[in-house]
Amino acid sequence: MTAALIGLPLFGATVLLLGGRRTNAWGHYFAVAMSASSFFVGVATFMSMLGRSAEDRTIETHLFDWIAVGSFQVPFGLQIDQLSIAFVLLITGVGTLIHIYSIGYMAHDENRRKFFAYLNLFVAAMLLLVLANNYFLLYVGWEGVGLASYLLISFWQHKPSAAVAGKKAFVVNRVGDVGLSLAVMLMFVTFGTVTFSGVSAAAGNGDATSLKLIGFALLLAACGKSAQFPLQSWLLDAMEGPTPVSALIHAATMVTAGVYLIVRAHAIFDLSETARTAVVVIGAITLLLGAFIGTAKDDIKKGLAGSTMSQIGYMILAAGLGPVGYVFAIFHLLTHGMFKAGLFLGAGSVMHGVNDDVNMRHYGALRGAMKITYVTFGLGFLAIIGIPPFAGFWSKDEIIKVAFEQNTLVGLCTLVGAGVTAFYMTRMMTMTFFGEARWEKDVHPHESPSTMTIPMIILAVGSAFGGLLLLFVGDIEAWLEPVTGFATSTEAGGMAWLMPTTLLVIAAGVAYAWNTYGRRPVPVVAPAEVSLLTRAARNDAYGDAINEAIFMRPGLHLTRALVWFDTKGIDGFIGGFAALIGGLSARGRKLQNGYARSYALTMLGGAALIAFVLYLVRL
Amino acid sequence: MQLTTLMLIPLVGAIAVFLLPAAKETLAKQVALAVSIVTAIDAIRLALSLDNSSGAIQFVEKHEWIPAFGISWSLGIDGIAGLLIAMATILVPLIIVAGWWDAENSGRGTVKGFFALILALEVCMIGVFAATDLFLFYVFFEVMLLPVYFLIGRFGGAQRSYAAMKFLLYSLVGGLFMLASLIGLYVVSARTLGQGTFDFVTLTGLHMDAGTQKTLFLGFFFAFAVKAPMVPFHTWLPDAAAEATPGTSTLLVGVLDKVGTFGMIRYLLPIFPDASHYYAPIIIVLACISIFYGALLAIGQTDMMRLIAFSSVSHFGFIVLGIFVFSSQGLAGSSFYMINHGFSTGALFLVVGYLASRRGSKKISDFGGVSKVAPVLAGVLLISGLSSLALPGMSSFVSEFLVLIGTFSENRVAANIATVGIVLAAFYILWMYQRVATGEPSEEVNSTVSEINKRELVAIVPILAAIIALGIFPQAALKYINPAVSDLQKYVSVVDPTPAFGALTEGIGS
Repeated sequence: MTAALIGLPLFGATVLLLGGRRTNAWGHYFAVAMSASSFFVGVATFMSMLGRSAEDRTIETHLFDWIAVGSFQVPFGLQIDQLSIAFVLLITGVGTLIHIYSIGYMAHDENRRKFFAYLNLFVAAMLLLVLANNYFLLYVGWEGVGLASYLLISFWQHKPSAAVAGKKAFVVNRVGDVGLSLAVMLMFVTFGTVTFSGVSAAAGNGDATSLKLIGFALLLAACGKSAQFPLQSWLLDAMEGPTPVSALIHAATMVTAGVYLIVRAHAIFDLSETARTAVVVIGAITLLLGAFIGTAKDDIKKGLAGSTMSQIGYMILAAGLGPVGYVFAIFHLLTHGMFKAGLFLGAGSVMHGVNDDVNMRHYGALRGAMKITYVTFGLGFLAIIGIPPFAGFWSKDEIIKVAFEQNTLVGLCTLVGAGVTAFYMTRMMTMTFFGEARWEKDVHPHESPSTMTIPMIILAVGSAFGGLLLLFVGDIEAWLEPVTGFATSTEAGGMAWLMPTTLLVIAAGVAYAWNTYGRRPVPVVAPAEVSLLTRAARNDAYGDAINEAIFMRPGLHLTRALVWFDTKGIDGFIGGFAALIGGLSARGRKLQNGYARSYALTMLGGAALIAFVLYLVRL
Repeated sequence: MQLTTLMLIPLVGAIAVFLLPAAKETLAKQVALAVSIVTAIDAIRLALSLDNSSGAIQFVEKHEWIPAFGISWSLGIDGIAGLLIAMATILVPLIIVAGWWDAENSGRGTVKGFFALILALEVCMIGVFAATDLFLFYVFFEVMLLPVYFLIGRFGGAQRSYAAMKFLLYSLVGGLFMLASLIGLYVVSARTLGQGTFDFVTLTGLHMDAGTQKTLFLGFFFAFAVKAPMVPFHTWLPDAAAEATPGTSTLLVGVLDKVGTFGMIRYLLPIFPDASHYYAPIIIVLACISIFYGALLAIGQTDMMRLIAFSSVSHFGFIVLGIFVFSSQGLAGSSFYMINHGFSTGALFLVVGYLASRRGSKKISDFGGVSKVAPVLAGVLLISGLSSLALPGMSSFVSEFLVLIGTFSENRVAANIATVGIVLAAFYILWMYQRVATGEPSEEVNSTVSEINKRELVAIVPILAAIIALGIFPQAALKYINPAVSDLQKYVSVVDPTPAFGALTEGIGS
């Protein structure tokens, strides 16, 4: 059963890639069917899990011995438990909706089949990531999703910007992968195993240094995949990919893999406060940085990308809080998966209606022409800024509460982040759907076809009720507790002031944005005379400039210098030596012709050498 | 006699092809292809019939050759040698198919000569991995240079003569150092055992004092380091690989260079265990330098063939690193790496050869937008590249990680440094792909670069299939490598470290 979850979309990708043009006509339907089948298998697995008691819900499948060298024994084994099934349902559920959406969105692309093949490949790799029963097999899924992400970001690879963005995503992710490699190696030398169960069981024996280092290495991996500071720069460029890709990979699923990794390795983080602190710090920085970047973006997708960084910052922060936070990290991950995917699909629908323009300054007053998009996007908006009773409210509120219980400063970060989120989302909402129409005359905004709007409606329903459902019907805390552990804070119920305060901060953010962008006309051209802060935010807080200055330019100079050194230095030295010998031998050349001189000379050298060695061993 | 027979098949084939009338070009190709296929099947059969419960040398055969000097025609293979022979013989028919028209299109030699040389080279490749007499090994090590010399010098690019001579001189100089050490070893064996010998198994039992080991080690190591090639003895490789035909480059880098690392595993560790330990720290430093230096130089290349050659310098750094940390994962990883690198570099050389034959240039800047005009060809380039950057799911990932984890348990600093190499690999491969395959195709690319044809696909698809199959089922190869590795560890008296805080009782799957 578990293997079928991965096998179905993998089969889909294989058929479409190897089948080539022959599958053009029906390829997209086939890919949808494979993704949907995987979803149904997931639902069936979930149902059967519900029927069993909490301790009895984990299913392990040992497929074969993958690698066995000395004591490094890695099974090709899958494990489905309460944590992974949540991801399975998110990945295949949202994934299938986005497959359906893409039928309409990519209808006119000549490479649509390839697009669906890559989408299937992504779903398969992502499922392997969350279903592997050991860290090394997880690695395969981990880079597998990176490959799918690379292929899909640079899908329109005739555009140089897309090709560069794809490469950048892969290379920056590789930096994170160094962390995952080191984590696996550290686990092996420390515990002698890399399976989840083995590491969890042995973690208690580990010394503080090893645990701390493993925690740091895992955090580095998470920073790469989840676009956390300082490896965040690739995510904004990743928006070069088609919008369904941004929704599925760069919002709902792949970028949250870092959160999964940390929660999955909770046995390590439970025992190392230093590692947890590092996780919280990174989460707090990124949640503020992402929100900050989101405030100044005119490109609707980049605005949402900044928001994704920020929301994942919340999740990472929650995961870093330890047993009080793991559950809420996953809870927010799930609600975010629904509302952010919905928001991205909404953005795609808007772009579809305005000739693929992404600049919100060219939008305005679209609520009339695109009613369904307006309402569904609006529900996602209410969910993300955290208005009760929509999905984001429940999950974000829990994180803010737990953060304040642990540390007031961290709590303040989450609170400020909530205010800024309200600001940039309101800005986006008003610039897109309210105010005056700012589009050109040749643009005729229209609603998207139903293959696109139906997934948007379903995700909007999720954004509206998903939080309530997970919290009160699903009882997510109790559901995840056997896997992640769950501790309620001692001061529970002691912070009655917090929720009203949070709502006030959110209201302030909304009001400020409405005042700036709703009540006054929005200039069609972005004003050039802006504060330093705005300029920094527009430039992604200079993340690229810093990378460029520290790594790219010195690196390029280094490679150039080395190429020179190799040809002129090493090869030149030996070439010069050869010329010397050639010159010497030229004198004795009257008896010889051609290349024989070289043979002769090397033979002579060899003979001398032999004599020398014979002398050394004292024949 | 099985191994001698395996060598006789291509030998007879080479002679037959050579004796054909020069006009019968197609027949020469067909005969060469048929012979190489038969050889490959026989080699695979032999490898699969190895007893994988033992690390001992199998299919042993021994015939006296020069009894006065204790030299014999003795052959035998363990899992590592068996798999290398299988890899090499699998590549030969594929490069024959890929290079079907290479002889006509380049150089000054005859078509039958080209294919006869390839088969002659195949004989030497089998011999060098199967020899269990050090003198016989040396003979194959040297004789092998001749077919390669002519393959590069006669059927190469514009600078072929320079490249061929450079290759020959480097190899000869390295070989002479080995010869000196070999004679020294013979002398020592004569003194210790009463009668001199070149027999590998006997020599492993030779208890030399550390000083003698250290001296003799160096001669062998130098020859192997030039062959492998390690920085700073590498400058012959980019020239040779860039000037040779793609098929020759495949055999040169994919198989012949492995003689260097194979020699380290097969001869240095068992015969000179003390010296191996003594020199290991410095060799590990050299290996780390090779990993970085090769990768950085690969980033800086403007010629695709040279880029692949430098990426191989980096990969060989990994292989050498895994050997000289002596852990089971390191040794097995390096052995497996040798197989995988043969396939992945072979695939890269072939596909770049396909590109170059269309565009008439190997320069990266002459390409761009290939994925638009030839999507399958670009896809093959990408898959080959991903194998080179060790993408999980492909065989190179397993071997590279085994080397890293095997290094980590013995030398954390080296492992940390080497791990950063994986970022550089991603960069040089994907940057090349970006410049070659993406963007809008230029006028020239549009008019010259056509889609991959059936013959070219037939040559490269089996390699890609092997890469993926071995990535998912690496045990299929590792089970033959593991027993040989545990014997190697006995020679160097190394036991894997036990985990610091683990409960080691659990087995696989728990």
